[in-house]
Amino acid sequence: MLRLDNVRLDLPTKENLINGVSLSIERGKLTVITGPNGGGKTSLAKLIAGLFVPTSGKIFLDDEDITDISITDRAKRGIAYAFQQPVSFKGITVRTLMETAAGADMPEMKMCRILEKVGLCARDYMDREMDSGLSGGEMKRIEIATVLARDADYIVFDEPEAGIDLWSFTSLIDAFGKLKEDRDSALLIISHQERILDIADEIIVIRDGVVASSGTRDEIFPTLLSGKDKAYCPKGQEMF
Amino acid sequence: MNKITEEILKEITDWDKVFDGAYSLRQDGECVSFQNSDHIRIVKKEDKSGIDIYISKEAVGETVYIPACVTKSAVKDLVYNDFHVQSGADVTIVAGCGVHTDSEEGSAHNGIHRFFLESDSRVMYKEKHIGIGKGSGQRVIDPETYAELGDRAVLEMETIQLRGVDRTLRKTKAILDKEAKLIIHESIMTDGSETASTEFSVDLNGEDSSVDLVSRSVAKGRSSQEYKSVINGNVRCTGHSECDAILADDGKVTASPALFASSVDANLIHEAAIGKIAGEQIIKLMTLGLTEEEAEEKIIAGFLGV
Repeated sequence: MLRLDNVRLDLPTKENLINGVSLSIERGKLTVITGPNGGGKTSLAKLIAGLFVPTSGKIFLDDEDITDISITDRAKRGIAYAFQQPVSFKGITVRTLMETAAGADMPEMKMCRILEKVGLCARDYMDREMDSGLSGGEMKRIEIATVLARDADYIVFDEPEAGIDLWSFTSLIDAFGKLKEDRDSALLIISHQERILDIADEIIVIRDGVVASSGTRDEIFPTLLSGKDKAYCPKGQEMF
Repeated sequence: MNKITEEILKEITDWDKVFDGAYSLRQDGECVSFQNSDHIRIVKKEDKSGIDIYISKEAVGETVYIPACVTKSAVKDLVYNDFHVQSGADVTIVAGCGVHTDSEEGSAHNGIHRFFLESDSRVMYKEKHIGIGKGSGQRVIDPETYAELGDRAVLEMETIQLRGVDRTLRKTKAILDKEAKLIIHESIMTDGSETASTEFSVDLNGEDSSVDLVSRSVAKGRSSQEYKSVINGNVRCTGHSECDAILADDGKVTASPALFASSVDANLIHEAAIGKIAGEQIIKLMTLGLTEEEAEEKIIAGFLGV
């Protein structure tokens, strides 16, 4: 279990603050964090992955206090983090990135299986550089694939839907579902997307840096369509 | 062949006790052994130090090796190597040079290579430079390359210098005829107080000729690098140059790309970027389990293509 205990984060910009969040992410479950933009969702993800250090409060991984350990050590303990904005690398190929993520050489068949989950053909992409030669959507899909390649126990996806076309999004939803079935991982997805909220086991609503509400999908999902947490979208897709 | 030469050869070529096919091995200013193949003939120059390499049209898929090794201090080696490539040939040339010094006295290798590619010939040229040895004497490598590409000839050059060369001045000049293609990938890493200068001059004289010139450099420590390129588009042609540099510590890089067009149909582009490793790149690789140092190494290795 991954547990945040009264975590605060003060940032110089005064934006995306976290004002005392306590929550738990359990293995074998898909937890979705949702809420309005600027409410602190990405900050929470970065706190979990170690990109931000809390101003106060504690983070525990399977009862080990990991509040002060580095990004690298958290990765080695099984935390994976898919960036909202993929990072480009001049000269580093998709193959190198995937193998770095997996920590070993990767047979082509395995690379095919992983990239297929994000709607890409390995043969077309594995020798391409992870840079401006790829479109934003392609970069995003490869970013997600690097995290899938890690076989991690705790996987954080920060808005995986952003920049992904509908066809790939459908296969991504399937990938999340399969990930849940195949592994006893804890999946934490930050998302506004109704279809992702729909496959959640647990939903946590973050607003103004605090947990506005949390519970099972059946408890929380209806409240997002009415009452205090209502979020109207004419297309009926984006919940916030 | 002495032990240091063996060490250098392992670094700069894929040598494993023997070269298959044609080769010429130069050690401390002299050709110590060479071998012809059925289609590649190596002839010692009469008037100056160096060789002529005659590559016949039947040479397809062959590799010729011409490494140069300086294994001790106080050697000043100057060599002229000319490659004559017949129409239809398709070969790989593995050059490269290593300079070893063992005292306070420096050593230098100055290789002047000229390529004459007849129409419809192809050459892949690979060159790796290193400096080794515990001596404080300067290791200097100053290569000069001159290439004439006939109609539809293709010359691809991969040049790499990663460590130990205290000073280098690289000069490359090429003249391209109709539909000829020149592709250059240069990678240079300097550290300590090393200096590296590289100068390119390409004349696109034939219709639909093209050049793609990519230079990647990393300057660490107090080292400095200078990049100059001139692409002259004199007809309908395409020219692209790209000069990217990563700075670390107190490294310095100067980039002076120049494009000259004397035809309205000359399509010339230059891109340049100099900066440190982006923090987000290091963080991304750390989230994959690498340490900060490992992440930096991975980023630099990928950037330099090594």
